[in-house]
Amino acid sequence: MSRGETQRGSDIVLLFVVRCLLSVVQYEHNELNEHNEHEQLEEKMSQQIRLTTPLTTEDAEKLNIGDKVLLNGVLFTGRDAAHKRLFDLIQDGKELPIDIKGQVIYYVGPTPAKPGKPIGSAGPTTSYRMDPYSPKLIELGLKGMIGKGNRSQAVIDAMKQFRAVYFGATGGAGALIAKRIKKAEIVVYPDLGPEAIRRLEVEDFPVTVINDTKGNDLYVEGMRQYAEE
Amino acid sequence: MTREIPAQEIIKVVKDLCVDANYNLGNDVLLAFDQAIENEKSETAREVLRELKENARIAREEKAPICQDCGLAVVFMEIGQDVHITGGDLKAAINEGVRQGYEEGYLRKSACNPITRKNTGDNTPAIIHLEIVPGDKIRIIVAPKGGGSENMSRVTMLTPAAGMEGVKDFVVNRVKESGSNPCPPTIIGIGVGGTFERSAILAKKALLRTLGERNPDPELAKIEKQIFARIKKLGIGPVGYGGTTTSLDVFLEMEPCHIASLPVAVNIQCHAARHKEAVI
Ligand code: SF4
Repeated sequence: MSRGETQRGSDIVLLFVVRCLLSVVQYEHNELNEHNEHEQLEEKMSQQIRLTTPLTTEDAEKLNIGDKVLLNGVLFTGRDAAHKRLFDLIQDGKELPIDIKGQVIYYVGPTPAKPGKPIGSAGPTTSYRMDPYSPKLIELGLKGMIGKGNRSQAVIDAMKQFRAVYFGATGGAGALIAKRIKKAEIVVYPDLGPEAIRRLEVEDFPVTVINDTKGNDLYVEGMRQYAEE
Repeated sequence: MTREIPAQEIIKVVKDLCVDANYNLGNDVLLAFDQAIENEKSETAREVLRELKENARIAREEKAPICQDCGLAVVFMEIGQDVHITGGDLKAAINEGVRQGYEEGYLRKSACNPITRKNTGDNTPAIIHLEIVPGDKIRIIVAPKGGGSENMSRVTMLTPAAGMEGVKDFVVNRVKESGSNPCPPTIIGIGVGGTFERSAILAKKALLRTLGERNPDPELAKIEKQIFARIKKLGIGPVGYGGTTTSLDVFLEMEPCHIASLPVAVNIQCHAARHKEAVI
């Protein structure tokens, strides 16, 4: 083997070593960045914000996706059938049976209350069924909605334009959530059974901000962080 | 020799299973939550998983439904061919059991007319799947099924050329498109083959397995694992807030089909994976 070849061989080895070192540094750098990003979101998510309803525009504006919020005060319940009735009243130019300004509607159809309990299990229902009706209610001053699952672009746009937020409650955690509901009474449409509009008094009702007033979406951002496919 | 089983007994067993399934989440699911808490990368996701565990504990202790959507009552029944049911009509007995269970257990009644949306008031009719098997016993499985995850389920007829890769893509895309709607972490039931309706029943039946139980065919077991690994990479996470725990398990069942078709059904089950069984 000539000297030149040996030289070239050791050059290659050196290059290889340098490459490896570089990629380790690069890798650690990426890890670090990713780690910081994760930490930031996680940190943001572990903060808990206490809010009392009715909510103001300022309350809504200071919330960001991923924020954990404990709601206190009054929530109104409503699902598809109740929304349809409210919507029809608006279309006919009639007055709504509840003043929705600053209010928060919880999409829920609870189980029957056992004797001595204010309500049965009461987790969120899928929100997209309310999408056709929500923009109008937001325009009329509704400040918050609690449910589970994605909202339509029209609802997200209305939230941005009229300053409202969409909160997620943990889907399927009906028994746990019920413990934060202290009082429940039907205010209108008793004929709808589990779908009647109820007035709930809640203490530290746990929700997470999914869509904020800036048009962000936790479902999109959360998935982006962990998606590999 | 035929064995007589009174319809009354069927009413009682179905009633108890409806209540038991709604109050008491299976140990396999609880164990899967624990495992997921250990392996999950996102702290937010771990917190959601801890909430789900706590929710199951409260439900069990307070005898309350795990979820407010107590589902339609799906009832699978394997009837031994030597059984003679006495004192009443079998289907009426099943429905009566459902009626009593949902009323006395304070469960939500979610059955309604598809068009007028008028609630039937007692959660009947149950969705009944009967099968005649050898023997002189009746095996009853009650699997209440919530609307949120059922709505994300699909049946498709693939072209045979799509093959197993086509099946995998269809399932993974379905889970991806469902996002947060079916209350992840989910369990994925897949039915491949049969006819249009048979594939759906296979997918639903697959969901009755205990978590961790692989298809006995090693080839199919391998495919279950491959699909599971791909779903994990979607990043949807518990209730969709992002994370590595999107599904708890994937179950695939396969049967022969027509030479011209490749039916595939995906039945998505939410984490409120309720099914209880009894043998009489
Ligand atoms: S999808 Fe399942 S956990 Fe979620 S609300 Fe429906 S039944 Fe409950």
